[in-house]
Amino acid sequence: MNKKEHLELYHQMVLIRRTEERGAELYQQGKIGGFMHLYIGQEAVSTGLIAARQPNDRVITAYRDHGVAINCGIPVNEVVAELLGKATGVSHGKGGSMHMADPQKNFWGGHAIVGAHLPIATGMALGDKYGNRNNVTICMFGDGATNIGFFHEALNMSKVWKLPVLWVCENNKYGMGTAVDRASAVSSIAMKARGYDMPNECVEGMDVMKVYEAAQKAIEAVRSGKGPFLLEIQTYRYRGHSMGDPERYRRQEEVRKWEEQDPIGIYRQYLAGNKIASGKPLDEIDEQVMDEVQKAVEFAEASPEPTMEDLYADVYAD
Amino acid sequence: MARITMREAISQALWEEMERDPAVFIMGEEVGVWGGSYAVTKGFYDHFGGDRVRDTPIAEAGIVGAAIGAALVGQRPVAELMTINFAFVAMDHIVNEAAKLHYMFAGQFKLPLVIRTVGGGGRQLGATHSQTPDAIFAHFPGLKVVAPSTPEDAKGLLKSAIRSDDPILFIEHATMYQVRGDVADGENLIPIGKSRIQRPGKDVTIITYSKGVEISMKAADELAKEGVEAEIVDLRTLRPLDMEPVFESFKKTNRAVVVEEGWKSFGVGSEIASRIYEECFDYVDAPIKRVAQDEVPLPYNRTLEQVALPQAEDVVTAVKEVL
Repeated sequence: MNKKEHLELYHQMVLIRRTEERGAELYQQGKIGGFMHLYIGQEAVSTGLIAARQPNDRVITAYRDHGVAINCGIPVNEVVAELLGKATGVSHGKGGSMHMADPQKNFWGGHAIVGAHLPIATGMALGDKYGNRNNVTICMFGDGATNIGFFHEALNMSKVWKLPVLWVCENNKYGMGTAVDRASAVSSIAMKARGYDMPNECVEGMDVMKVYEAAQKAIEAVRSGKGPFLLEIQTYRYRGHSMGDPERYRRQEEVRKWEEQDPIGIYRQYLAGNKIASGKPLDEIDEQVMDEVQKAVEFAEASPEPTMEDLYADVYAD
Repeated sequence: MARITMREAISQALWEEMERDPAVFIMGEEVGVWGGSYAVTKGFYDHFGGDRVRDTPIAEAGIVGAAIGAALVGQRPVAELMTINFAFVAMDHIVNEAAKLHYMFAGQFKLPLVIRTVGGGGRQLGATHSQTPDAIFAHFPGLKVVAPSTPEDAKGLLKSAIRSDDPILFIEHATMYQVRGDVADGENLIPIGKSRIQRPGKDVTIITYSKGVEISMKAADELAKEGVEAEIVDLRTLRPLDMEPVFESFKKTNRAVVVEEGWKSFGVGSEIASRIYEECFDYVDAPIKRVAQDEVPLPYNRTLEQVALPQAEDVVTAVKEVL
């Protein structure tokens, strides 16, 4: 990875963080409706993972999708406009926070039923294998999704048919408000892959370079035709499950302990320690991001609402 | 023109579409080596191979979910659910995914997906294997629901369904695979979402579909002996629902009976009757009657099962009540 690429990773992580902080404000002001799940704290996971993909590799995730959308290359303008329900949003204001997608960027959503996108990922990989396309499908999901039947059906099928899927569990320690060990018979998600004789690895997810390196190896293993691989990535969300979370299930000291290992801080140290960048160039990116986010909010606020024609459009393709 | 069974018609449609388009493939439980639990795909595995006639684990959510994924990336899967009763296990993927993705992502995704399944009672399979829950699936915008009553419709509608870019639930009736009918030679695509007058008449309109057409035709024969000419409208597709032939017929007969195999409450008959009342109120000469399954889970015992299912004589009785 060259310096420019490193700085781009830094840029993406800061952009996700600031976009979501601003999103939280807009939510408090009543400008964003529905459910909104913030990715703050987990930025290194998606950023490192997606940096390791080839452009033809497909990404699909759950409802905590703003960061993934940004990493896949969806302009922040379109992300914020979608949050505000505007016609210029990535899903034209019809999907909202949980349903962003852009197949042109190989980002396949934004799926809000826990675990339901895992069988879909199996099918995308099946379709690619059937069509002789050398793509890898990267399917991200939370620890909570590993307790639902969809997870097991999808993993099993992917292994039976040796499909090119990289399963990525973002273990952020809680499925909504229920700690992993209160909901899952095994606390190690990677261990669940062993039941399907599937290669797996558990990696530290607050360090973007560790995620990137593990993802690169895993993606290439999958692409080589060896079948699916499960990557468990240890991470933590600083904010509540969604905007309306009283957080009775954890102590603030626990959150603060994780905040001390902040992915953006860790990456700044890495960049300085490896003499890639420190101080001013990074501070300039921070400032540039503030400007980008401000412009995205202005763009979204000035954008038109979807029309009454949009209400009835696209129920069917034919 | 050839006289073939419903099974042969469906099988021909699948075979011809697979020969025509390499993107089409079949997946489901026992579709391959076994040849299909209703023998619809017999011989396919040897001809097309295991990649195109893919046996799956018994995992309906996984089957429908995977078919959705394959459709998203450009294949044209035909997923088979052994019976519609097992579709409940895949309900999330049918309702929350297949029916939503095109709209929710503003038309960015296409889902050229057919889910073939088998519904209906009358084979002594007990309460969990004998349901006709077609109305439930027809409730959801974004999904299309097709249920043919003749071999010709089955073949032409299935071929159209496979070529469509929308998710389509294609419901076959478990007791109709041996029904014979004339099927035109060559390519005969029948458009989805078009009702049809199955039998012309002037005294009463019977609106029905799938197995209901068979029993309504029998009833119409009986009624004809007594000088009553019933007009039968076959809906063929429950969503999108084509009401024009129904309204046209009702404005002529002013009397209607709706026949379905599912339960009466919140059913197809309720929907059709409501729409007639809304659109043709001035033409109503008698309350519209609904013939449907008794409101019990279907029992195993043959006699009880047949009593609970709608029969031709129930249709005859209902028609006489509206005349």
